[in-house]
Amino acid sequence: MLFTSYSFIGFISAVFILYYVLPKKCQWPLLLIASYIFYFIASPSYLIFIAATTVSTYLVSRKLENIKTEQDAYIKENKGKITRDEKKAYKAKMKGKQWKWLLVCLIFNLGILAVLKYTNFVIANINGILEAFHSTNELSFVNLILPMGISFYTFQTMGYIIDVYRGTCKAEKNLFKLALFVSFFPQLVQGPISRFHDLAQSLFEEHAFDTKVVSYGLYRILWGYFKKVVIADRILTAVNEIIQNPEVYQGGFVFVGMMFYAFELYADFTGGIDITIGIAQTMGITVTENFRRPYLSKNIKEYWKRWHITMGTWFTDYIFYPISVCKPMLKISKFSREKFGDGVGKRVPVYLSSFVVWFTTGIWHGASWNFIVWGLMNFVVIMISQELEPLYRKFHHRFQVKDKKWYGAFEIIRTILLMSAIRMFDCYRDVPLTFQMFGNMFTHFDITAFTAEAFLGLGLTAADYLLLFICLIIVVAVSLTEERKGSVRNLIYASPAVWKYLIFGVMILVVIVFGAYGIGYDQSQFIYNQF
Amino acid sequence: MKAKKFPKWAAAVAVLAAALILILFFLQKLLMPKYMSDIVEGNLVEEYYQETTDHEVVFVGDCEVYENFSPIEMYRDYGITSYIRGSAQQLAWQSYYLLEDTLRYETPKVVVFNVLALKYNEPQSEAYNRMSIDGMKWSGSKIGAIRSSMTEKENMLDYIFPILRYHSRWSELSSEDFRYMFHKDKLFHNGYYMRVDVRPAEGFPEPEILADYTLGSNAMSYLDKMRRLCEDRGIAFVLVKSPSLYPYWYEEWDQQIADYAEKYGLDYFNYEKMADEIGIDYNTDTYDAGLHLNLSGAEKLSKYFGKYLTETYDLTDYREDPEYKQVYEEKIQFYEEMKEAQYEELEKYGEIISY
Repeated sequence: MLFTSYSFIGFISAVFILYYVLPKKCQWPLLLIASYIFYFIASPSYLIFIAATTVSTYLVSRKLENIKTEQDAYIKENKGKITRDEKKAYKAKMKGKQWKWLLVCLIFNLGILAVLKYTNFVIANINGILEAFHSTNELSFVNLILPMGISFYTFQTMGYIIDVYRGTCKAEKNLFKLALFVSFFPQLVQGPISRFHDLAQSLFEEHAFDTKVVSYGLYRILWGYFKKVVIADRILTAVNEIIQNPEVYQGGFVFVGMMFYAFELYADFTGGIDITIGIAQTMGITVTENFRRPYLSKNIKEYWKRWHITMGTWFTDYIFYPISVCKPMLKISKFSREKFGDGVGKRVPVYLSSFVVWFTTGIWHGASWNFIVWGLMNFVVIMISQELEPLYRKFHHRFQVKDKKWYGAFEIIRTILLMSAIRMFDCYRDVPLTFQMFGNMFTHFDITAFTAEAFLGLGLTAADYLLLFICLIIVVAVSLTEERKGSVRNLIYASPAVWKYLIFGVMILVVIVFGAYGIGYDQSQFIYNQF
Repeated sequence: MKAKKFPKWAAAVAVLAAALILILFFLQKLLMPKYMSDIVEGNLVEEYYQETTDHEVVFVGDCEVYENFSPIEMYRDYGITSYIRGSAQQLAWQSYYLLEDTLRYETPKVVVFNVLALKYNEPQSEAYNRMSIDGMKWSGSKIGAIRSSMTEKENMLDYIFPILRYHSRWSELSSEDFRYMFHKDKLFHNGYYMRVDVRPAEGFPEPEILADYTLGSNAMSYLDKMRRLCEDRGIAFVLVKSPSLYPYWYEEWDQQIADYAEKYGLDYFNYEKMADEIGIDYNTDTYDAGLHLNLSGAEKLSKYFGKYLTETYDLTDYREDPEYKQVYEEKIQFYEEMKEAQYEELEKYGEIISY
């Protein structure tokens, strides 16, 4: 069920009505039933995997909690009877027990994800190696299903179980509540990757109908649909035309495709998240924000703090930090410090952990070398930026440009161009072709790619371009307003009632009339659904 | 006791909803294709509802009825009142539901079905579906027509709210869309699409060899439904295959229809085989090289078929009925004026442009 399909709109409308019509105690069970129906409609076989993840995580989280309770009881019971060292040893023993259970849970769930998502990728690489050695043997690919949103819900449950292990979050006693946290349908397909302690309270508490909350949610949904169906699905035609025909569209067209894709991905992904957050909000549920106007970032580091925020913080909290402070890394750090001095010693654990983070970020996005290289390119650019930081500081100090508006604009444009260039790995079919097309953009640069005739050859009409241009202005204006004055929805809600309703009505009309949906358009899945 | 106050927000939502519905209604009217100067066939189905008098003969079928039979000619020659409920690539189930729809308004004495569409057993094209169905008034028949016609990509909601289907026309709106938002000019002659131009028949590719010549069970089930519908209402049901050189009507198909007609005691005429007897000359009587007849061909066929109808069924000669006479005088005048206009256009431009 696509977010942009009539059936989904009918589905959420029915859920919304039932949510407020049924007794309040039925609200979260209703959402659980709705989530499982949503997943069942996608494919009944998917349910096995999400159920396996939920039950295994539940059992292990309970076990971890029980071990902790047992430990606390023992310490309380033996207060004054055991020495400090005995207490420490006992705690370490119990932590070890917990660690084993945690490992079982992580291996089980990551195993499901790894087998389903990466088996054929591994086979393809083995075959590649065999071919390189002129072997005639070849492994056959296996036919595996990839359950919808598996990367998202697996990471979400992994985060939960690690939090329980760390003691930052209590294990949920009710299996069905945990099941809802894992399967909550608006965020199942493309995130955000929520933390239990962020989502649980509003997800499980009872909500009375609140016109303000519902209106905010509806505005957000409409804004999401505007970005998805009016912008992303419209520009998609031109993007596909360029990237699927690299032999035809070269030089300047590669640049056009790169920029169009940047616009498409932004509208698609942020639009989808707006719909997700908006749906949750209409039911009084607060889902973590995933974007903060990423295209206003002045450097790549800032960009990653504004784009797909929940993924970034997940990798930081559950991969970067644990690796940075793990024993082997501390040893490496010590060794580097002794051998190469403090500067290198300080950098090595950070860079190695970052490398792992960006490698896993890449492969999390998809089982292909394109994504791995995309991740590593981010790593390289971030590391270079970090190394060049003193140079930048000198430059800023020398020329006093840091506070100049034009320099800020330059930094924003530079970041957009840089991120768009790295994102070319999303577009072209393999890594060599991506590098080739990147080079081609400069070696075959031709101004004819920027003529009206060239643009009209990409499958969009002049009216489409005019509409996209207006949309771009609206998106930029809204982003700038939010950056300076905060939520636009607050401004709308504070305006006179006529304006409030007028804007709402206009948004509905714009989506219905200018949306690229229905016959003649191929309803497209959200780009992030595939992850 | 104090009356419970209606919440302010609810009143505002109600006003907003009403305003939105109104705007969407106007937008829908604006965005729907008007089919006035291009692909005029899109208006065939809708025009039926402007009729003020009943008809004793109703034709149902595809282009082979609305381009090959002239009801006006049949009235002129025999006083027969007839109407063609046909549209482009009208499939068997669409003919059934259009017939069912017609019977909500009148009960003719004879229903004539052109069998060519029986070669299609499944929904074919969204564009043709829309031309056959959009013009129907809402009823159970329209819902049935939609349900049976939808291709994989279609959705019932797109028919209920056509703006969802036609919203993308915002970029191609013309003055025609504004002019014909609420009213359309008459284009047809009791469902007949007039063409006076001539394009002699040319060669066609050899008929394809089919793996199976059996007419599809789905299509045949709708033929059966039409037959039963007529039987239940005491209406004579006649099967015809219009004269045409292409697309091919295979002998095997012809035999299946002949067997069906024989089984149920129906008349079936394959006019392809009787073209000479009717006087059809494919050098002068077709406007598209043998696919469809032009006015000359349609009038010849109508004269021939009208004779059969008059001789076989107890039809009234409405030429002397004052009410019908007045209505049909206007129709004949419109018919003649269009004929004249088309000839003028043909002389001026060498081709028909406006029809």
